Amino acid sequence: MANIDIEARKQELLKEGYTEVYTKTKVLTDAVMHYCPGCGHGTTHRLIAEVIDEMGIQDKTVGVSPVGCSVLAYNYFDVDFQEAAHGRAPAVATAVKRLNPECYVFTYQGDGDLAAIGTAETIHAANRGENITMIFVNNGIYGMTGGQMAPTTLVGMRSATTPYGRRVDLNGYPLRMTELLATLPGTYYVTRQSVQNPGAVRKAKAAIRKAFENQKLGKGLSFVEILSNCNSGWKMTPVAANKWMEDNMMPNYPVGDIKVDGKIAEGIDVNRLVLDHPLTVMQ
Amino acid sequence: MAFKGQIIVDTERCKGCGVCVPVCPVKCLELSKEVNGKGYNYTQTVNDKCIGCASCAMVCPDGVISVYKKQI
Repeated sequence: MANIDIEARKQELLKEGYTEVYTKTKVLTDAVMHYCPGCGHGTTHRLIAEVIDEMGIQDKTVGVSPVGCSVLAYNYFDVDFQEAAHGRAPAVATAVKRLNPECYVFTYQGDGDLAAIGTAETIHAANRGENITMIFVNNGIYGMTGGQMAPTTLVGMRSATTPYGRRVDLNGYPLRMTELLATLPGTYYVTRQSVQNPGAVRKAKAAIRKAFENQKLGKGLSFVEILSNCNSGWKMTPVAANKWMEDNMMPNYPVGDIKVDGKIAEGIDVNRLVLDHPLTVMQ
Repeated sequence: MAFKGQIIVDTERCKGCGVCVPVCPVKCLELSKEVNGKGYNYTQTVNDKCIGCASCAMVCPDGVISVYKKQI
């Protein structure tokens, strides 16, 4: 069973009258991803590759990969890629986009890269209204270095450097980059999505598609935050980590569009963006 | 209108995370008792109830599942 010839089996099914519903896109290479089993990075990679495939922009897309778990993203996408210094992906993407305005440029960053060391580059790229797409994968922890506290770690959440839980008086508040960027005039589309179940994955794909299509308009930065699990860092099974994410991450990081077409989305309380709103403290 | 589905799992690339198992609406997936070359318990179908909805393929982080369906 393990050595089944997959291509032959696919042809066999097509001959039997089956139609193809889903298969891995060719924009992803055949390299086996180094991510831990069940990690949301893999799903997010797949969604970006599918959007690039559906839009037919494989030869016009340039990605910028970060430092962090997804540092090797260039091995998995069959598109042009540029590696950036830690946190500097938006600055590199700015240069790529300005020199090649016909290209679709996206950055792919985690929370340690985008929300910690790269905060300045992120905010200034958004404030300049650079016409790029930023994909921000938030798992609330530094995954690659062994599960240390990140700026996005929840209050009360245990990590390698906060073994008794994150304390506000000592470690400050979780940083909500997405809400922060939505208040800047340079951003055109700001949304937060997740990838823990099929429905959420489909919504996240639609959001990524919109973020790429916005580059044609040239009206500003598109920012997509993807909530992901980090089952190794959280010390859980992948399925339990997805459940934990729904129970604990989502109250603090509410999923949905925050800014659409340059305007705050319907149903979003502006006070939520500029004032402090109650944080759920984990037990 | 009913659909019969078939999935093809690239068992050597599957990492056995098991995310696809609880999302299957007809409960036709399980992790195998055997392991692949990397030592992971890969996912496999255990009955023929598959309807080809592609929920498993949607959540698969490694894109190892291909889904096919036909009307019956």
